[in-house]
Amino acid sequence: MTAFLALLGRDLRLAVRAGGGAALALAFFAAVVTLVPLGVGADLLLLARIAGGVLWVAAVLAALLALDRLFQADFEDGSLDLIALSPLPLEMTALAKMAAHWLATGLPLTALSALLAVFFDLSARGTGALVLSLLIGTPAVSAIGGIGAALTLSIRRGGLILPLIVLPLLAPAVIFGSGAVEGVEGGLPNGALYFLAAFSLVCTMLSPFAAAAAVRLNLAA
Amino acid sequence: MFELANPKRFMQFSGALLPWLAGAAALALLAGLVLGFRAPPDYQQGDTVRIMFLHVPAAWTAMMAYGLLALASIVGLVNRHPLADVAAKTAAPLGAVFTALGLVTGSLWGRPMWGAWWVWDGRLTSFLLLLFLYLGYIALGQAIEDESRAARACAILAIVGAVNLPIIEFSVDWWTTLHQGESILRKGGPLIAAVFLWPLFLMALGYTLLFFSLWLIRIRTEILERRARSLMLSGAP
Repeated sequence: MTAFLALLGRDLRLAVRAGGGAALALAFFAAVVTLVPLGVGADLLLLARIAGGVLWVAAVLAALLALDRLFQADFEDGSLDLIALSPLPLEMTALAKMAAHWLATGLPLTALSALLAVFFDLSARGTGALVLSLLIGTPAVSAIGGIGAALTLSIRRGGLILPLIVLPLLAPAVIFGSGAVEGVEGGLPNGALYFLAAFSLVCTMLSPFAAAAAVRLNLAA
Repeated sequence: MFELANPKRFMQFSGALLPWLAGAAALALLAGLVLGFRAPPDYQQGDTVRIMFLHVPAAWTAMMAYGLLALASIVGLVNRHPLADVAAKTAAPLGAVFTALGLVTGSLWGRPMWGAWWVWDGRLTSFLLLLFLYLGYIALGQAIEDESRAARACAILAIVGAVNLPIIEFSVDWWTTLHQGESILRKGGPLIAAVFLWPLFLMALGYTLLFFSLWLIRIRTEILERRARSLMLSGAP
C-alpha cells in the first residue's frame, strides 16, 4: 500500500507541476466548450438542451489529452522498468497511474464543468446531474484510457492512435453521462446514473489487468 | 485442430481446401442472387427489399468476423502461436470491409425507406462504432513494428473490445432505437416469408464462405510473405 500511495503521489505531483499537462487539459476543456456556442449559435434554449452532451464530449476529449504520456514518459526514461521490478504488482501500478490521472484531470474537469454549465444556462438540477455524472463517469475514462496508453506506450505517434482506440470504447460513458443530464432536464426519471456507475465500476475493476498485460508485453522485448 | 497449427501442414491443407471453399461461395452467392431477384417485390418496401439480401448477411459476417478475431486473439495470447496471430491480424481488414459494406447497403436502403441516408439509430450507431474498433485495431497493429509485440498488443485490444461490445450495444440501444427488431432468430419462428428467407439464407451462406475463402487467402499470403522475408534476411550478405 505504501508503494501504491508513493507511486500515486509521484504521478500526481508530476501531472500537476510544470509540463504535466493537467492544467492544460482544463484549459482545453474550457476552450472547446467556448467554441460550441460560436458554432451552433447563442440561443440559450438550444445551449441548455445540448449542454450535457457538449460538456461530456469535451470532458472526454480533454481527459484524453493528458493520457498519452501516462506510461510513455516512464517507459522512455527507463523508470517503468524500475517500477516493474518493485514488489508492487504491475496491475496495482496501472491502477495507481489511472487513479493519478483521474485525480489530476477527471476531478478538476468535474469541478470546472459546474462553472461552464452556467455559460450554457443549465438549470441547477441539470448542473447537479452533470457534476454527479462526471464524478461517477470520469474514472471509466481514466481506466479505459489507461489501457489505450499502455497499448501505445512504445509508439512514437501513440497520441494519434490512442483516441481512435479509446473513443469507441467510451461511447457508453458519454451516452449514460449525457443521458443522466437530459433525464433530469426533461423531468423523466431514468436509470442512466446507475448504468453509468455500473460501467465505471466494471471498467475500473477490469482495466488494470488489461493495462498491466499491455505494459508487460512492451517491457518483455 | 492443433496439428494444423504447423504452418507447413496448414499451407497444404488450406491450399487443397481453398478452391472448394471459393467454389461453394460462388455457387451460394449465385443461387442467392438468382432467388433474390426472382422473389416478388415486398408489398410495403417494393423492390428495395432486395437490398436486404446484400445487407443483412454483410452485417452478420462483420459480427462473426469480430468473434473470430477475438477468438484467434485469445488463442494467440494464451498459446503464443504465430498462426493464431496471423489469423487475427488478417481477419481485421476483412471484418472492417464487411462492416463498411453493411453500413453502405443499409444506408442505400434507409434513403427510400426512412427518408435519410443516415439515422442515429441504435444498431447503425453500434455498427459505426464497430467499424472504428476495427480501424483502431488495424492502426495499432501497423504502428508497432515488432511483429510479435504488435500481435500481442492487438490481441489485448481485441479482447477488451469483445468485452466492451455488448456494453456498447446495450448502451446504444438504450439511447435510441429505430431499426426493426430481431425478425429471424426469435421465439415463435421467423417473421419473414419463406420466399424471402431462402435467398437470405443462401446469401448468408455465400457471404460466410466468401469470408472464409478470403481469410484463408490472406493467411496464406501473410505466411508466404513472412517466409520470403526470413529467407531474404538469412540470405543477406
